[in-house]
Amino acid sequence: MNLYNVIEEIEKADPEVYERLDGRRDAIKKFASFSGKAALAALPIALGSMFQKSYGQSTTQQIIDVLNFALTLEYLEAEYYVRGLDAPGLIAAVDRPAFQTIKMHELAHVEFLRATILALGGTPVAKPTFDFTAGNGSMAGPFADVFTNYGTYLAVSQTFEDTGVRAYKGQAANLMSSNEVLRAALRIHSVEGRHASHVREIRRRNGLLVPPGVLLQPWITLNQSGIASPLVQPSYNGEEQTTQAGINVVGINGFAITAEDASEAFDEPLTKAQVLAIVDPFIV
Amino acid sequence: MSRRNFLNYAGLSAAGLLLATSCKKQIDQTPGLTSDARVNSTGGGKDGGKAVVNLGSGDIGILNYAYALEQLEAAFYIQVLTTPYAGISAKELEYLTDIRDHEIAHREWFKNVLGNARIGGLIVDFSGIDFSSRASVLGTAKVFEDTGVSAYNGAGELLESADYLLFAGKIVSVEARHAATIRDLLSYGSFADSTAVNSMGLDLYATPPQVLAAIDPFVSTKILAQNLPTS
Repeated sequence: MNLYNVIEEIEKADPEVYERLDGRRDAIKKFASFSGKAALAALPIALGSMFQKSYGQSTTQQIIDVLNFALTLEYLEAEYYVRGLDAPGLIAAVDRPAFQTIKMHELAHVEFLRATILALGGTPVAKPTFDFTAGNGSMAGPFADVFTNYGTYLAVSQTFEDTGVRAYKGQAANLMSSNEVLRAALRIHSVEGRHASHVREIRRRNGLLVPPGVLLQPWITLNQSGIASPLVQPSYNGEEQTTQAGINVVGINGFAITAEDASEAFDEPLTKAQVLAIVDPFIV
Repeated sequence: MSRRNFLNYAGLSAAGLLLATSCKKQIDQTPGLTSDARVNSTGGGKDGGKAVVNLGSGDIGILNYAYALEQLEAAFYIQVLTTPYAGISAKELEYLTDIRDHEIAHREWFKNVLGNARIGGLIVDFSGIDFSSRASVLGTAKVFEDTGVSAYNGAGELLESADYLLFAGKIVSVEARHAATIRDLLSYGSFADSTAVNSMGLDLYATPPQVLAAIDPFVSTKILAQNLPTS
């Protein structure tokens, strides 16, 4: 992509463009400091935002706030997988490639979100200090064995991924003023869904910390966590919904759709406040 | 000129927007598996003996677009469970049954949401699928699920209503769970490999013309999408 050509094209389309911006030199300078793949990907977002601002529909701060919220969650996930993969003997050999893949994605999300926030003129939040035992910094919380007990590790992983899906879903509407940012967020959201699906599959196969009698599946049935711990329940409350837009999906139009099916077919959002309450014990 | 058109003009937007809407392939007379109405409510009719649907415009158009995809997926899994492939495992049967029921739930939900604005039932063409073959069935399922994910990821920005965007979000993550599951059945660990998620950690994304071209071999109804929003 040749930036100068792009700017020339914009000039042709709108000769008065620089009255809306700060002049050609500044427009070019704005991107000059960009480097790296994530930054390059954020370029259209920056350009989009530049015009959004210039044409007076500024909700950029709202978007930056959402992205910083997402960045906090991605920091949490990325560090969780880095530390899990570094913990000797924790992750089963058969599952290591999957967790390498997931780690790579979470690190890429961190990089992408940081670049996007910078491109929008914002400041990425700093990475918090995490306590993955859920002890608020005591490092001796209810998941004290998180890096020595694979069952605990998987349970927390599943919870993070399912919560991540719900968190992005809850913020989509706040990104509608930017097609580019909304698109990127949706593309991260479904990646978290793929991760959740696979971590659930791992847990189904090894059965660690899966309550007796529960058949764990890649999708969320009612408000069941499939985890033998009440601590994760807030991440699943509300998933039992079977009515969507006032339409009861159970038995819809005479089809044999059960409440379980209906709840599985639609994932539910969480608000920012709900998500922050869920992750609070993990943040020092 | 809208900001969106600006980006298109500057060549920065999705390359897919540059693709012309695909030409329909030769009319396939293979009987479809759905027996629903062949003449359709939204600009429906016949074109040289072939059923035609027009998705319409605005949010309704996008909902009809999703309804079309869900019709296709549901019809596919209904057939998969009607004639299960040889050697299907108990777990595969369980997963595919659940996925079928999710897709039926999606299809019927869109049908009710759209009410009289809905397109009619699509006539599907599964003549290229060998339902007795695990590889053919799961390979096709992978295409449908990944395409579904890409379609919803591309459609979000085309919606005007925050409510509809939320519902699309509620469905797309379930399609992502399906896609990962089917991929893991085909090749364990491929749930989010580099053919689905790029090096920046971003999932598939496609515009309606790209998606309609991808599903074209499986649908004999002609789907008119020229009134769909493009930004």
